[in-house]
Amino acid sequence: MTVAIIDYGVGNLFSLASSLRYLGVEAKVTADAAELRAAERLILPGVGAFGDAAAKLRQSGLFAVVQEQAAAGKPLLGICLGMQLLFERSFEYGEYQGLGLIAGSVQDLQPDLVDKSLKTPHIGWNSLHILRPDPLFKYFQDGEFVYYVHSYYAKDCAASTLAVSDYSLPVTGVVRSSEGAVWGVQFHPEKSGAAGLRLLRAFAEI
Amino acid sequence: MITKRIIPCLDVRDGRVVKGLNFQGLQDVDDPVALARFYNEAGADELVFYDITASAEGRSLFVDILQRVAAEIFIPLTVGGGIRTLDDFDRVLKCGADKVSVNSGALADPGLIAAAAQRYGNQCVVLSMDVKRVQGRLHIFARGGREDTGRDALEWAEFAVKSGAGELVVNSIDTDGVKQGFDLPMLDAVAARVKVPIIASGGAGCVEDFVELFQHPGIDAGLAASIFHHKQVLLPDLKRQLQSAGVPMRI
Repeated sequence: MTVAIIDYGVGNLFSLASSLRYLGVEAKVTADAAELRAAERLILPGVGAFGDAAAKLRQSGLFAVVQEQAAAGKPLLGICLGMQLLFERSFEYGEYQGLGLIAGSVQDLQPDLVDKSLKTPHIGWNSLHILRPDPLFKYFQDGEFVYYVHSYYAKDCAASTLAVSDYSLPVTGVVRSSEGAVWGVQFHPEKSGAAGLRLLRAFAEI
Repeated sequence: MITKRIIPCLDVRDGRVVKGLNFQGLQDVDDPVALARFYNEAGADELVFYDITASAEGRSLFVDILQRVAAEIFIPLTVGGGIRTLDDFDRVLKCGADKVSVNSGALADPGLIAAAAQRYGNQCVVLSMDVKRVQGRLHIFARGGREDTGRDALEWAEFAVKSGAGELVVNSIDTDGVKQGFDLPMLDAVAARVKVPIIASGGAGCVEDFVELFQHPGIDAGLAASIFHHKQVLLPDLKRQLQSAGVPMRI
């Protein structure tokens, strides 16, 4: 039951690795293509800006490896910016190509807010509302709180959206590719307390 | 719906949690890892650790504590104290911190905020400001509240946010440790000036102080130390009472 956390030089992987180990899941932080191919599951993390992260993923040579492994049906979970990278493109400070594993794009949250008094980034604990049942929610109850930190969000992806959080508009919280084994979560399950750990546990068991 | 956040703060010196009155007369309270575990189970929405150690030995103890906390507590962790360079950011982020709080370091080198935001993202950079009224104006104080910089607090807040600070901790020296309530006029003044989350600090003495705080829509979180450490206010009670008062809470 090995999970490879893809290390492409973006963000802090300490908590993610710790949370999986805490769950008793064998987890390895790696940038090695052979290790990613050998792992049973992949997690694509990420914080920062989309363009920079996509460039780093390409430079590391792992962009194509992730696409290839997803095409082969290996379970893949994108977290936060890692979730955004699953989409076709992002409009964060320009226009950048993503992995194209899920249809839709990543756009600025601020102009779409219905309540303009709300702040961006969308930071904090928000309740997650399940639209469609999924094995990822095996241990998760509708309405539990998860921790978000982001300024951009996935749009035009209704067909793959499994759960949303309300921020005067339905913020895309969880997505799954139509082909099946690619999931993405906009929030940080490794920072969402017991509820987040239960989501990670479910992913490790898929 | 997004919730308001309750954040216990742990000041750590030489591996122990301390909290003083008006920043002076620090008293030993508890073991940081045990206290962090206790707060996590009680429903804390985040934890803040300030390293108030001066020595290298104390600093390595702090890093060790941070790693132990981050290995078993999976809520956001903010670390501050002695953050002066990007290397300092790196050091604490590698040990499991999610956000880094800068205060005096940013006053000494205001470019630090932009440099850190560029490297780690705005969400990672928290500007902590110690504010005190001086002849009717809000001044920024440095060195743990001991030195008046003469800098206008509202201008500093605006500069920090423009530079990339993702959140502000506003600590009122006037109300810190006094336990007569948060400094609402000061907090409102800062919240009106910037559009990032505001974390209120300094002055909480009872549940009602938090209820009053969250009647002010510009405030996103309340931070406190001694009332939690001394169990004058229990987190589950506080969050339940806030929820009853109509404040959205994670329970």
